[in-house]
Amino acid sequence: MAAKSGEMDYAVAEYALVGCHECDLLFRKPQLQPGQKACCPRCGALLFQRKRSGLDQCLALAFTSLMLFVLANVYPLLRMNIGGRVQEGALITGIEELYSQGYWEISALVFVVTFLAPLCKLLCLFYVLLPLRLFGRRAPKAVLVFRWTALLSPWAMTEVFMLGILVAVVKLADLASLSPGIALYSFAALMVSMAAGDAALDEHEVWDQLEPSVD
Amino acid sequence: MPPWTSTRFGINWSLPLTKPASTVAGSGYRLCHCCHLLSRPAPASAHPRCPRCGAALHRRKPDSLARAWALTLTAYILYVPANLLPIMTVTMSGRGEPDTILSGVKELLLGGMWPLALLVFFASITVPVLKLLVLTFLLLSVQFGSRWRPRERTVLYRVTESIGRWSMIDVFVITILVAVVELGALATIEAGPGAVAFGGVVVVTMFAAMSFDPRLIWDGMAQKPAPRGDEFSSSPIPRTYRKHR
Repeated sequence: MAAKSGEMDYAVAEYALVGCHECDLLFRKPQLQPGQKACCPRCGALLFQRKRSGLDQCLALAFTSLMLFVLANVYPLLRMNIGGRVQEGALITGIEELYSQGYWEISALVFVVTFLAPLCKLLCLFYVLLPLRLFGRRAPKAVLVFRWTALLSPWAMTEVFMLGILVAVVKLADLASLSPGIALYSFAALMVSMAAGDAALDEHEVWDQLEPSVD
Repeated sequence: MPPWTSTRFGINWSLPLTKPASTVAGSGYRLCHCCHLLSRPAPASAHPRCPRCGAALHRRKPDSLARAWALTLTAYILYVPANLLPIMTVTMSGRGEPDTILSGVKELLLGGMWPLALLVFFASITVPVLKLLVLTFLLLSVQFGSRWRPRERTVLYRVTESIGRWSMIDVFVITILVAVVELGALATIEAGPGAVAFGGVVVVTMFAAMSFDPRLIWDGMAQKPAPRGDEFSSSPIPRTYRKHR
């Protein structure tokens, strides 16, 4: 594919070769069977991985994650009983409470990594994958949106948050009697479904499908 | 199975080009940092873009060393208040007691929860310290053009980049405790300034790891003339790899 005329800044793609993003070594592009992966011989970085799963699985898992995400944020996380007084806390309560205590920095950080980033990531995935799967073509600006998805993923920390819940429950256990809320189970399931979704998503495959008409 | 293949089912794929010097940058290509497409920018273009995803192409991550140094030093500075100031204060029936990160671990340990104490100790103390030390080591080694074990240094970088997020556990614990134990009950829990600093350390070190470019480690290998008997001078890559093992 040649660079578009008039747009000198677009480089000319080279499909026969690939490079290692960690040590800069140049290779011929490996032809992989589904389920295989190729690692860099010099530094051991994972170069390519062809997954057995298709778009269907990714979309199904993304949909599951979205449902669980709604449940996890609507219902209370923990119910606490101190001396007959029952208190319920959700994730949003904690963020609000941190804000009202004057720690807006942590409040914003937690909001971004547990709420905004996972939500945006899921929505971006839907936006890119759904038109590809249903109509076999890309949504407007899908390339840009899929780039954001890649940028967002290190900041979506659902699995770390789940461990945080575990530690918090143990710390609270000797303070009061606790009962888990629906959101707690939802978060546990969300962690699993998001991890499975990440494992099922084949970025190279999606990039290849997004390619034919570049903005 | 030859060492350069790591396919899950042992089927070989095409060998790399066997000239050890053939790197992406050396051959005039650019690798897109976002979609990993290889492309050759036009010689005239000042700001080349990836033909597939439109991301800006760079030979290396821009200002990698300067950014990584600045962020790492910031993290060192933030690390002091993160450990000295209380991250939260638990007040039970009028008696308040500020908790630092270390005292939180101690409390878990005294409560007999040693697996969790170990987890929190690992996530909140071991990981940030190791991350800072590893980043400093990598930055120093690149600055001094070290030729020492590039493969191991790359692995070190890879691990550092991937485990950084787990340090957030303590911040999440505070959020949940604050959410559940609200004001007005017998006990109140308030966040402390240490938590802000600690969150800062985690975020800043994550950015530092992202801005460091591991390819600089290998650039240092290529620059200097290879000493006698050095594996990277002439031998094909698979053999080099075996020697390293």
